[in-house]
Amino acid sequence: MENIVSNIQGIPLNHYIIFCSLIFAIGVTGVLIRRNVIIIMMSIELMLNAVNLLLAAFSAYRGDASGQVFVFFIMALAAAEVAVGLAIIIMVYRNTKSVDIESLSKLRW
Amino acid sequence: MSELIWLIPLIPFIGFVINGLTWNRAPKAMTALVGCGVVLASFVLSLLLYLDIAAAHAADAASSFHVHLFDWFSVGKLQVALSFLVDPLSAVMLLIITGVGFLIHLYSCSYMAHDAGFGKFFAYLNLFIFFMTILVLGSNYLVMFIGWEGVGLCSYLLIGFWFKKSAYASAAKKAFVMNRIGDLGFLIALFLILETFGSLEYGAVFSQAAQLPEGASALVAITLLLFVAATGKSAQIPLFTWLPDAMAGPTPVSALIHAATMVTAGIYMVVRSNILFALSPVTMDVMAFIGAATALIAAFIALTQNDIKKVLAYSTVSQLGYMFLGLGVGAFTGAFFHVLTHAFFKALLFLGAGSVIHAMHHEQDMRLMGGLRKAMPLTFLTMFIGTIAISGIPPFAGFFSKDEILAHAFQQQPVLWGIGFVTALFTAFYMFRLLYLTFFGTFRGTDDQWKHVHESPWQMTVPLIVLAVLSMVGGFINIPEALGGHHGLESFLAPVLEGSKAHVASLTLSHTVEYGLMGISTLGAIVMAVVAYNRYVKKGDIPGAEGQQHGFLYKLSHHKLYVDEFYDAVVVRPLKGLSLFLYKYIDQLGIDGFVNGVGDFFAGTGKGIRQLQSGHVGFYIIMMVISIIAILIYGMVSI
Repeated sequence: MENIVSNIQGIPLNHYIIFCSLIFAIGVTGVLIRRNVIIIMMSIELMLNAVNLLLAAFSAYRGDASGQVFVFFIMALAAAEVAVGLAIIIMVYRNTKSVDIESLSKLRW
Repeated sequence: MSELIWLIPLIPFIGFVINGLTWNRAPKAMTALVGCGVVLASFVLSLLLYLDIAAAHAADAASSFHVHLFDWFSVGKLQVALSFLVDPLSAVMLLIITGVGFLIHLYSCSYMAHDAGFGKFFAYLNLFIFFMTILVLGSNYLVMFIGWEGVGLCSYLLIGFWFKKSAYASAAKKAFVMNRIGDLGFLIALFLILETFGSLEYGAVFSQAAQLPEGASALVAITLLLFVAATGKSAQIPLFTWLPDAMAGPTPVSALIHAATMVTAGIYMVVRSNILFALSPVTMDVMAFIGAATALIAAFIALTQNDIKKVLAYSTVSQLGYMFLGLGVGAFTGAFFHVLTHAFFKALLFLGAGSVIHAMHHEQDMRLMGGLRKAMPLTFLTMFIGTIAISGIPPFAGFFSKDEILAHAFQQQPVLWGIGFVTALFTAFYMFRLLYLTFFGTFRGTDDQWKHVHESPWQMTVPLIVLAVLSMVGGFINIPEALGGHHGLESFLAPVLEGSKAHVASLTLSHTVEYGLMGISTLGAIVMAVVAYNRYVKKGDIPGAEGQQHGFLYKLSHHKLYVDEFYDAVVVRPLKGLSLFLYKYIDQLGIDGFVNGVGDFFAGTGKGIRQLQSGHVGFYIIMMVISIIAILIYGMVSI
């Protein structure tokens, strides 16, 4: 355990922050520009995991375990979210024969 | 008897509930039985009560008692109880209301027999008796006010009884609105009484008022406002024009409400508050002059009216003016005496007119009558007695009461006596004119009508006979000392008027002067009867059709002095204009505009904003990201 912590601390914190920001930005961009619902779901996962990684890094640097507890919560949450999201996407696909985000534009005034 | 007093108003109320719930569906016999029965029961109770009071009076015991039913409400210092006061004044009033009321109920059974609203009519009449008994029985001003408002409501309902004719409905509205003007005066007077005396109970108010100096400003204000209330209810100048229009109601209603009882509520109220009025000489003078002016003007108008009920209506206004003249010169007993005799002979005259109208199939124009004497001997005889009584020819009832008022007026202010005397002459003239036009000469209607003219059934003639007898003997209860009597009514009412006795002048005229006054007015009345006989019977000078050329005075009288037109121009039309302005500009543009504007604003904003709800998920996400970034930036900046 000591090993892992010292391993993590072997890399400067700045690198983690820059790396996580990049992944998060990729996720945001994916959500914004892609039209395939599945890719959007994947991009959301990317954003969540960027945050997870950052939380784990901060937790190790501060020597405080609560950050890692958060990570577990987020992972569980992400799993649930994906399950529901995929189910919706399947239903959408059955009805519209498409996973294009524009096919979900029925919900308007 | 005192513990059963609450039954007097309650029984008619039960009658109202029964007749009101069955409405017009119950068999007419049952409605009539309930309607008359409850009033008869009230009358019997009132009679017992009166005998109690009279016995107490004869034995020199306390002749008034106070019956506390329950505390109504108490707010701060104000405590109002629903309680009744029985004294000689209210006992006599109760006798008039329930006695004359019963006769008129009986009369209505036949008069209204063919009306579809039979049950409704009796329900309203019973309700009226309920409110009127509350009015006279109440032992504080608020209970009186309940009755005061209630009788106004019943008057409205009964004037507009045949509301399908729009003229009748607007007559009812007019009566109601004019009464409201007076009622406002009553209400403000109530507040002032409360402010000044801290109570509304008669006992507390009168005992405190007696401590105040004569002419105290609070008293003057209160009594003037109470008098305003009385001008509304009792049809005095300037609020008298509703009463002639109130003749739109069925004739028994005119007899009961607009002649015998409700319109005398104002006089009852003044007599009840005699101490307040006696202590404010200004109000007394105002009352005397307004009363005299009303008496004269109404009598003048009555001279040329052709509608039999209109003549009687103006005659009522005129006689009410007499009563206020009497009150104003301090003849409280005289005025109340006139209320009593007037109730008899005016109810008689109205019922007689109703009998004629009934026989003529609702023809009220005297120009189309004439010669009815032979066909309706009983109606003629009783109306003849009523006419003599109202004209003030001895020994009938009107003579005694009128002369008592005139004697007081003569002592106080000969000008007032002069006005009263001229009014008496007018009264004799128009009443005999009515009698001659209706019953003498030849019949001027169609042959078809003549075939149907008949004497009325017993339900209508019995009340006529009873009232005729009362009109003959009613005056004997208060024969003046000059004629060897001993003022029976005055000594009976003395406990009520005790407080004001020191402040009003009692009659000090010598008997010779009194004889002279009586002689003059009797002679005048007889001369007028002869003049009318010459003109309408001997010469057969029947008033012609509308639009005929007449002298200035005749036109003035015939068109009711143009008072209605004057009010229309000065009050009604400006008010209508103002209302129209308020409606169009303030209400429609201002208030409606504001309210609708608020609605339109939000509807319009919503319409604009809902464009954002496009359904494009990508757009939503972009908005979400932009918003989050904006929040982050805001967070960073604000740190």
